[in-house]
Amino acid sequence: MRVCFFVTCLADQFFAEAAADAVRLLRALGAEVRFPRAQTCCGQPAYNAGHWDEARKMAAHTQEVFEGCDYVVLPSGSCTTMLRAYSPRLFEGDRPRYEAALDLAGRSYELVEFLVKVLNAESVGRGLAGRRVAYHHGCHVSRELGVKEEPLRLLEAAGAEVVPWEADQECCGFGGVFAVKNAPVSLAMADRKLDTVPEVDVLTSADGACLLHLAGRAKQRGLGVPVRHVASLLWEAHRGG
Amino acid sequence: MAVKGYKAAARRALEQQPEVREAVTRATLHFDQNRERAFGEVEAEAWRDWAAATKRHTLSRLDGYLLEAEQRLSARGAEVHWAEDAEDAQRILRELVGRYGVRRVVKGKSMLSEELEVNGLLERLGVEVFETDLGEYIIQLAGEPPSHIVGPAIHKGLEEIRALFREKLGTPPDASPEELAAAARRVLREAFLTAGMGISGANFVVAETGTVVLVENEGNIRLTTSAPKVHVALVGIEKLLPRACDLEVFLQLLARAATGQKIGTFVSLINGPRRPDEPDGPEHLHVVFVDNGRTSVLADREMHEALSCIRCGACLNACPVYRQTGGHAYGQVYSGPIGIVLTPGLKDPALADELGYACSLCTACADVCPVRIPLPKQILAWRVRSAGRAPATERAAFRSYAALMTRPRFYKLSGKLLRLAAPLTGAPWLPVLGAWAAGHGALEPSPKSFREIWEEEFEGA
Repeated sequence: MRVCFFVTCLADQFFAEAAADAVRLLRALGAEVRFPRAQTCCGQPAYNAGHWDEARKMAAHTQEVFEGCDYVVLPSGSCTTMLRAYSPRLFEGDRPRYEAALDLAGRSYELVEFLVKVLNAESVGRGLAGRRVAYHHGCHVSRELGVKEEPLRLLEAAGAEVVPWEADQECCGFGGVFAVKNAPVSLAMADRKLDTVPEVDVLTSADGACLLHLAGRAKQRGLGVPVRHVASLLWEAHRGG
Repeated sequence: MAVKGYKAAARRALEQQPEVREAVTRATLHFDQNRERAFGEVEAEAWRDWAAATKRHTLSRLDGYLLEAEQRLSARGAEVHWAEDAEDAQRILRELVGRYGVRRVVKGKSMLSEELEVNGLLERLGVEVFETDLGEYIIQLAGEPPSHIVGPAIHKGLEEIRALFREKLGTPPDASPEELAAAARRVLREAFLTAGMGISGANFVVAETGTVVLVENEGNIRLTTSAPKVHVALVGIEKLLPRACDLEVFLQLLARAATGQKIGTFVSLINGPRRPDEPDGPEHLHVVFVDNGRTSVLADREMHEALSCIRCGACLNACPVYRQTGGHAYGQVYSGPIGIVLTPGLKDPALADELGYACSLCTACADVCPVRIPLPKQILAWRVRSAGRAPATERAAFRSYAALMTRPRFYKLSGKLLRLAAPLTGAPWLPVLGAWAAGHGALEPSPKSFREIWEEEFEGA
């Protein structure tokens, strides 16, 4: 089983350790992980902003990079959605590219989804025993990919208590170009999330971009909520037994 | 009141009216949770599929269904009018006001009348207008447009309404919600008895029977449509349903999606003016079918499904962006996700240049729409159209970004530069992020990129 790791551009630069934890975990669970060097960004920022000519170029590049991989695994629900649901739309008028996009879509998995659905992992380890966790459902991972229960199941199997959170399904407000074009609304949305976070040891999610947004806002407001990518928590769960 | 430019208006709402965010968040969450519960009680997914298919079918034969409705309505003695745009509709209304010598109008349940600026027209004609829905009456007193399709005064808290009623109606400063409603009722009761014309919208019009269907919770619409001598129903041409039996699902779906009710408290099925053997009802019924941009939406390959909208407001309630500012920030009659999609199509595509970005593409709206309008997809389609008109700097930025991201060596190099420069300079590599970055603590790049970790730890391992 050849698993290609797509680190995604944000993770590469901003949460590299979490991405490395994802690889450590995949390897520990028996996957052979490769890292195609020519990979860059999936193109979602351009796609979401409406600049589809640019998005198409980037999506075509990604198709070429991951040709021949049995699976493509990403530590990001949002970028997985780009490959799975959005990228084919870019090539509706271009049959070979459209088929390549569908083919890649069928092989692409968000990390936790891959652990549960392909590796059939019910538990990665018990190392989170006694930890209180708030889980943010990234919009794309939960609504577009339908991955809602899987991360909670793995966290709970690791001994963590997933604490109920009123706004856990709500958008964090990042949305890429949205955060830039309508910053005050974007920040107000992050505040809504942060204002309702229950008493927990750590805030986590399968989406690094959301965490970056929430962590940055929490820092600015002087809130002491530790924020960690779910890949890091699950790796910790594994290491801790 | 309507402010042009979403960006500025949204910022202003957040900075200057924090109470709006609080009131709107509370109310929409409440509606949204009610909807979720009410959808859970029925085979909602099957209903949604069926309703979506029925609406799409109706739109595909809209001309036929409109003619059928006109024929049935006329046969029962209603007069049917066709208005191509707002000006046309205003002309028809002006003619009717003149014909019947109307001095007072009671009005309710019509977002379309907001589109057509009916109140302004009537006031210019020297006609007194009373909004009869309590929420609409509140915002009429405040001199504001509605901020939500279903809850026009959703942005107002009790204190604000108390102050408003105290000033306008002389209610006590600590009046209870019941006392406030009673004060409004006193004014409106008098208006119902003296108005020469009642103006309503329509939730649905059934082609098969020529029935104007109105759903409400307060009973005001019954009075608006039956007490005055003349009833004028303003109907968007997309409101058609083929058969009377279609109402069985649509009435339930509308109420469940809007407020979580099983069905609206009052449902009026209006088939024509009062007949000789009937004790009440208007002597004259006029139905004005209004296009006002709808046929151009219908002709738009990517947007036509938006005309399936039954105005339940569920997408507004589910929208985390809408919750922060309420509807006024959009500066348009229709706000929230459906407003973003409809407004540029009905009025001017250039409106999408700002409105199209009043969305984080979280897709919550698509999850709740009872007629499955692909709202996020359509919002994105507007963005694609707007992108060509985007500022040169934005277009250049995306061009260089794409160039960078299709050349792995440059990508790697620029990542490295970013991480080297960040500790020296704060975050100047994010100037484009402007206000967003300012609202954040410093975003620190990882000390090593994943690539570097890969080379050190995993390569060859």
